[in-house]
Amino acid sequence: MRTPVLRQSAAGALLHLDHVGHRYGGVEVLSDIEFSVRRGEFVALVGPSGCGKTTLLNLCSGWLTPTSGRVHRTGQVRMVFQQDGLFPWMTVQENVNLGLRHVAREEERASRAASLLALIGLTGFEGHYPHQLSGGMRQRVELARALAGDTDVLLMDEPFSSLDYLTRLKMRGELARLLRERPRTVVLVTHDIQEAAQLADRVLVLSERPAHIRDEVTLALARPRDVTHPDVVAAEHRILTMLGLERDVEWDAAGAAAREPRS
Amino acid sequence: MSNPERQTTPLVAVIGPAVLVLIWAALAALRLFPESLFPSPLAVARGLVIELTSGRLVDDCIASLFRVSVGFLLSVVLGVPTGLVLGHSVLARQAFLPLVNFFRSLSPLAWIPFAILWLGIGDPPAIFLIFMATFFPMVLSTAAAVANIPSIYFRVARDLGIEGFELLRDVTLPAIAPQVITAIRVTAGLSWLVVVAAEMIAGRDGLGFAVWDARNGLRIDLLGAAMVVIGAIGATIDRLLVQLTRIPSVRWGYER
Repeated sequence: MRTPVLRQSAAGALLHLDHVGHRYGGVEVLSDIEFSVRRGEFVALVGPSGCGKTTLLNLCSGWLTPTSGRVHRTGQVRMVFQQDGLFPWMTVQENVNLGLRHVAREEERASRAASLLALIGLTGFEGHYPHQLSGGMRQRVELARALAGDTDVLLMDEPFSSLDYLTRLKMRGELARLLRERPRTVVLVTHDIQEAAQLADRVLVLSERPAHIRDEVTLALARPRDVTHPDVVAAEHRILTMLGLERDVEWDAAGAAAREPRS
Repeated sequence: MSNPERQTTPLVAVIGPAVLVLIWAALAALRLFPESLFPSPLAVARGLVIELTSGRLVDDCIASLFRVSVGFLLSVVLGVPTGLVLGHSVLARQAFLPLVNFFRSLSPLAWIPFAILWLGIGDPPAIFLIFMATFFPMVLSTAAAVANIPSIYFRVARDLGIEGFELLRDVTLPAIAPQVITAIRVTAGLSWLVVVAAEMIAGRDGLGFAVWDARNGLRIDLLGAAMVVIGAIGATIDRLLVQLTRIPSVRWGYER
């Protein structure tokens, strides 16, 4: 029943998964996944652990080819990893410069790198190596490198899951702020329901393996959002209910934007 | 003041050698062994002065260091690329790893007779033996380092469009550098052990030959002097190579 809606949005989509399925040997991981991501949209994928979220992201990036169906990609795609995606043998400056490889003129590269470092608040750390930085700082450099190019789509694989809770909250705010400065289309894979509800325009909830899209939750609230905002909390409740982790009692979520999908 | 440990280190470092010389001098004074078989520290020191002033010791050092440099550089220059190939290709590993392990387990000393038969006396057999001793461990360490590079680095490189020669220069080589430097230290030490054995049998100069010559001439004072120099140079080589681990872009491999 949802299919017509997706077809409609597929026209201006940067990323479109067309009845995608994937199996490793005899194990079916994903079955009949269909969704599109529009330019500027922030889509989060959540689901039980081991359900194939990362596989789905790897299909989006082109690292894996689906065993059935097709992935349509427009524009440049860049991946942001959970941790240690920075090259440890390069300084902060050199790592960020890698994201600007396509910029031919040296001066322009330098000025763009400098403004990115200012953006993530790491001016003065140009000469530091990743192992000399905290986890949160490293992840900020990682974001800067991913944002450096004229990338259209950022694919984020649990980018903050290796950080402690408070740093994670801070980094979510940071990401929202960076996206306001440098708008990008984002697909975020996370097991952190709260993170999905706080950041995404649309949360796709995956089922157990073989994963299919069980449902989706849409949030119209502008970013950055407070983690305790009623809409965010209501969205969390909806997602958790879909995952069978909370009872579906009627909530007094006045003004909740977590819309009941038509299914 | 802020770091008392560092300040006292030079003095503390003297304690070990001082204790050794004292025990050595005591053993010599006790005459547990005949004087002709157990030189006193003083006799060795005199032997050292004799060898130094005659110029022979310096020539021997140069000869040994030359052989080690050539043999060792040869195994780094050939061993690292071979290791890169083996590390990248499962097929190459399956085909050649048993062979590498075979030669690595074969004591380089077993090659001495062939080295002499094929290459005679002098530099070539010593260089050959050093190469045989160090090439295979070098290949193995490099291959293991390459095979263990986290795949995330290659994924990031692919995302960023780094490929071909740039991938080798900017990703693969820096990623294995810490382990290769460790392998270089180990195999350099191995070379220094092997050159002494090689020169004892297949040399007419070098520190190994000095040991052998002193033994034949029953000059145990010169024998002791040669041994002191061999140990000192070996330790110095490692002190020099450890500086490689201080390069900023490889520090990450040793921090943890």
